[in-house]
Amino acid sequence: MNIPSHLKYTKSDEWFDPASGKIGITDYAQGQLSDIVFVEIFVEEGETIEAGKAIASVESVKASAEIYSPASGKVAAVNKDLANKPEVINSDPYGEAWMIQLADASEGDLMDSAAYEKYCAERTH
Amino acid sequence: MTYIPISPKERDAMLATIGVKSLDDLFEDIPAKYRFPKLNLPPALTEMEALDKLSNLALANENIREDLISFLGAGMYNHYIPSVVDHILRRGEFYTAYTPYQPEISQGTLQAIFEYQSLMCALTGMEVSNASHYDGATATAEAVNLANAQFRGKRKKVVISPTVHPQYRAVIRTYTQGMDMQLVGDDNSLLTNSPLASTDLLDALTSLTDETTCLVIVQYPDFFGRIYDYTSLINAAHAKGALVCVVANPTALALFKTPGSMGADIVVGDGQPLGIPLWYGGPSVGFFTTRKQYVHKMAGRLVGETVDSRGQRGYVLTLTAREQHIKRERATSNICTNQSLLALANAVYLSLLGKQGLRQVAELCYHKAHYAAEQLSKIEGMGLCFTEPFFHEFALCVGRPVEEVNAYLLDHGILGGYDLGQDYPALKDHMLIAVTEMNTKEEIDTLVEVLSEVNHG
Repeated sequence: MNIPSHLKYTKSDEWFDPASGKIGITDYAQGQLSDIVFVEIFVEEGETIEAGKAIASVESVKASAEIYSPASGKVAAVNKDLANKPEVINSDPYGEAWMIQLADASEGDLMDSAAYEKYCAERTH
Repeated sequence: MTYIPISPKERDAMLATIGVKSLDDLFEDIPAKYRFPKLNLPPALTEMEALDKLSNLALANENIREDLISFLGAGMYNHYIPSVVDHILRRGEFYTAYTPYQPEISQGTLQAIFEYQSLMCALTGMEVSNASHYDGATATAEAVNLANAQFRGKRKKVVISPTVHPQYRAVIRTYTQGMDMQLVGDDNSLLTNSPLASTDLLDALTSLTDETTCLVIVQYPDFFGRIYDYTSLINAAHAKGALVCVVANPTALALFKTPGSMGADIVVGDGQPLGIPLWYGGPSVGFFTTRKQYVHKMAGRLVGETVDSRGQRGYVLTLTAREQHIKRERATSNICTNQSLLALANAVYLSLLGKQGLRQVAELCYHKAHYAAEQLSKIEGMGLCFTEPFFHEFALCVGRPVEEVNAYLLDHGILGGYDLGQDYPALKDHMLIAVTEMNTKEEIDTLVEVLSEVNHG
C-alpha cells in the first residue's frame, strides 16, 4: 500500500498535502471502494470551508462514500477534470486524483504517514 | 417445504417463556378504546355461498368492453391490448410484479427491463431510462427529487404548469413535504387570470422561472389534450439554469415531435396506454427518462448491458451505488424498486406494434378525436373550449352541470367525459372527452346524438 510520507491523513482516509494545500483520498480508500465510476465535488472556488465538511461524493460499482475535508481554509482550486475520469482515483490517488486545493489552510486532527500506516494495518487484521 | 409460521403449541411455549398467559396480555398497555374493535360479522359462509354472493355483486358492475361506450380519459386511456401481452405476462418466468433483488441470476428479467428502457428512450428521444416507477405521478415527483439533488438543494423553486394533471400535482405536493420546496405556477390565480390559452400560459410560466428555479414541469399533450412546442419555454428555462421536465403521453409521442428533440432534461409519464388495462384506475407503471449527465441523480433501478468473463452478452443492474440501499440518507430518492411486470407489458406491447403500429394507433386516435370534436361543436349550446391543436382529448363546454350530462349519458350506455369543474373552477360545465382507436364512428355518432338531446331531454 502506498502511503507517501510528505502527506497527512484523516481517520476517514483523506490525505492532505501541507505544502500545496491539495486534498484527495488515500490508496487504502480507493482499494476498499474498488472501481470508482463517479465523483461529484460539492464545493466551489472561493468558498471557505471548515475541516470535517463534506466536500465530495464518490461512487464505485458497489459502494458510495462521502469525502470530508481534512483542513479548513479557502478553496483555491477544484479539480474539474476529475468528474470526466473518476477512474484516476483508483490509478493515481495521490497525483492526478486530487480533488480540491486549499489556500491558507489550517489542518484538522491529522495523522502522519507512520500513524496512518499503523491505523490501516489495524483495520486489515 | 411447508411454511407454517407458528403452531399453537409453539405460541404457548413462547408466551410461557416471557411469562404471560395470553396474546391479549401483550396489548394491555394500549388503552382499550384504542384497540381494534370487535367486528360484528355475520356467520361465515361456505365457499359456494361466498362465490354466489360475490358473483351477484359483480353483476352490478358495468364494463367498457361489453356494457358501456367510453369517452373517459384524463390520464387513463382505453386502448386495444393484443392478447399476446397478457400471455407473456402470465408466464411463470415473468409473473412477479417485483423488482429483482438478486438480479443477475435472472438474466431474462434483466434483458426484458433493458429492452423496456431502450424502447422508452426511443419513444421520448432521451438518452437514459430507468427500470420504471409506480406510475406517471410518482415519476413526475421523482423529477423534482432529481432537480433538487442536481442543484444540491440550493434552488428550491419548482414552476408547475396548471395544465399538468391535477392528481400529479397533488402527488408532487405529497412527495415534497418537508423538502422545503417552493411550488409555484399552478395556483388558481394564474388559472382565472389567464384563460389557459397556450401562449399566455407559456409566457406566465417563463416569467416565473428565475435563478432560484430548479425545475419547470409541463405536460405534453397537456391535461386538456393540447399539443404545443415547448422549445422556446425550454430554452428560456435553460437560460436561467433551470431543468425542464415534460410529462408526456407515450401514445402521442409516436406521432408528434419528441420532448427530447425540444431539449427537455427529463421526460416522464404513465405507461398505462401501452398495453395496460384500465382496471379500477391502477396499478400502472411510470416511465422516467433523462439525459446521461443526470443519470447519477436519477432514482430507481437501471439495467445495463455488458459482457461476461467469456465475452458473452449479459445484463446487470448498473450504477447501483447511487441507490438508497447503498447511499442511505444521501441518496436522491428512497425508491429503489420498479414496476417490472407492467414495464414488461409496455415492452411487449411496443414490440408487437412496432414503430409503424404505434403510429397507426396514434393516428386513429387523432383522427377519431377530431371527427368527434367537429361533430360535437355543432351541437347548439355546446362548443370547444380551446382553439389550439390537440391529440385525442379535448375540452367541451356542455352548457350545464357535467354531473347531469353524464347521468343522462349513462342512462344511454355512455360513459361521459371527465368533469373539469372539479379541478378548474373556471371550467365549470366543461367536460374532457377522450377518443381512442376503440371508439367506432357509430359510437361517436351515438354520443353526438345523445348529447344533442340533453338540452331537450
